[in-house]
Amino acid sequence: MNDKPKKALSPSPAPSPAAGEYGIETLAIHAGASPEPVTGARNTPIYQTTSYVFEDVEHAADLFNLQTFGFIYSRLTNPTVAVLEERMAALEGGRAAVCAASGHAAQFLAFFTLLEPGDEFISSLNLYGGSITQFGHSFKRLGWTCHFVDPTNPENFQKALTPKCKAIFIEVLANPGGIVLDVEPIVAIAREAGIPLIVDNTMATPYLCRPMEWGADLVVHSTTKFLSGHGTSMGGALIESGKFDWARDGKFPTMTEPDPAYHGLKFYETFGDFGFTMKARTVALRDFGPAMSPANAFYTITGIESLPVRMERHVANAQKVAKFLDAHPAVDWVSYAGLKNSPYHALAKKYLPRGAGSVFTFGLKGGYEAGIRLVETVNLFSHLANVGDTRSLILHPASTTHRQLTDEQRHAAGAGPDVIRLSVGLETADDLLADLDQALG
Amino acid sequence: MSKPAAEEPLHYDDALLRRILTNAKTIAMVGASPNWVRPSNFAMKYLQRKGYRVIPVNPGHAGKDILGETTYACLRDIPDKFDMVDVFRTSDAAGAIADEAIEVAANKGAQVLWMQLGVRDDAAAERAAAAGVTVVMNRCPKIEYGRLFGELGWSGVNTGIISSKRRKPGP
Repeated sequence: MNDKPKKALSPSPAPSPAAGEYGIETLAIHAGASPEPVTGARNTPIYQTTSYVFEDVEHAADLFNLQTFGFIYSRLTNPTVAVLEERMAALEGGRAAVCAASGHAAQFLAFFTLLEPGDEFISSLNLYGGSITQFGHSFKRLGWTCHFVDPTNPENFQKALTPKCKAIFIEVLANPGGIVLDVEPIVAIAREAGIPLIVDNTMATPYLCRPMEWGADLVVHSTTKFLSGHGTSMGGALIESGKFDWARDGKFPTMTEPDPAYHGLKFYETFGDFGFTMKARTVALRDFGPAMSPANAFYTITGIESLPVRMERHVANAQKVAKFLDAHPAVDWVSYAGLKNSPYHALAKKYLPRGAGSVFTFGLKGGYEAGIRLVETVNLFSHLANVGDTRSLILHPASTTHRQLTDEQRHAAGAGPDVIRLSVGLETADDLLADLDQALG
Repeated sequence: MSKPAAEEPLHYDDALLRRILTNAKTIAMVGASPNWVRPSNFAMKYLQRKGYRVIPVNPGHAGKDILGETTYACLRDIPDKFDMVDVFRTSDAAGAIADEAIEVAANKGAQVLWMQLGVRDDAAAERAAAAGVTVVMNRCPKIEYGRLFGELGWSGVNTGIISSKRRKPGP
């Protein structure tokens, strides 16, 4: 490519590697967060403001028409949230991101931007339970139909395809853990069908797996979990790869046709490889309003700075705890892909080479009663319904989150009477083992 | 604009783009539209607000005013000098515009041929490069200006820029 101007135009600055060439530890600290130019503040300020002064009437008009870059109102964009958005895009190797009040809100932004009433999509059955409810019940009321399939055989996605299907949704490392999907054949099915593959990467984080490197088109996160990392801040993110061709066969008119709310602006034509993010932000986020607060963005930015070192310790501790439980006489089985006896061990090695996450389930020989005894007898593990905290967490789904279901439903959801879910935190590993040992009796 | 061609992805060093956008003062925009909702119109307006003089070229509107500037039918007709030609047409039209840009480059002082997001013609780029003209394809100068000078990240776009230096606002 021609890159030598005829005349030397001006002294060029020292060459620096493109962001894609930096390591993930560097991106986790620096991406999106150069010093604030006016004051020189090195840490990202919390821009606790709802709105922004226009330079003049013309500038205001240009902003409202999406014809220039800038801030109007924090429901759409906020400088603190923007730092987190750029960081999420960089960490996932994507082109752009939009944050939302929660992971559920981020999923809503993705699907509202993709689907029309009457449209359909296919989802893996092995999802966070809240996503199954969102897709199966609340989305149905918007006229969107989700077909759930067993993802452990990728052909099931192919079989479930219909002409109205506009996306495939999976978790590569599935909640509640233990299951790892074979992404490559699922990507091939989505490509062939001309529809985007969406990955919820909450359980893996971009430190353990970057789905876009395997061909995912959109990634969603609950940043509430490992990203913010300390159990302090709700949040979600939607990231686009910038590589999906929205114009390929007319399946995505919201991207390619004139938008009546913006004087006939065509998002894909105008914004190209970040058009999906612009549409999600300026239509779905604007009109439904699930914006992330600047304070939550700040806590999440701060959390992400230590994501790589935290994830290293999370998976190291999880590996130790899983091994300990696997050898414990009170434990019937352990479902953790980091263990060699897991049927998903080879897939974990391929897609999650740095570790198989830190959330997994195991079964107690003593069944329901033993499960209740365990969650009530542990001392370090916190009995609550969350994952990805610095603290180790424990849950007995059958007596809590899945209490209302029938026995059959509980088994199908992987929440039988004997099942315990752990989210292994960052405490001293030996202390976690000792706590479980005394509680297992 | 037509969709980007499926050739090899293009890569341009940030330093090169920064140099082009810092040194160019006057841009001839081929395909500038008088319609305020068209991307060429608001890209022109954006660049004007950043201090560039943008001269519209559009045979259908020759002699008319677009955003305060007289429109010309072709690059040859522009009486003033310009540093850069911005091609806001389809890839099919880019070759002929490139040839005209090469023809007038020395006379007008044009050093850069820039084809818009979605516009690419590798053969035309080779001819221009051989004539000593720097070529950028499938990029938008407005988006690249925003990316390099701190505005694009406001929309959550991955600018690829990592720096602990304190940047002066603007270019």
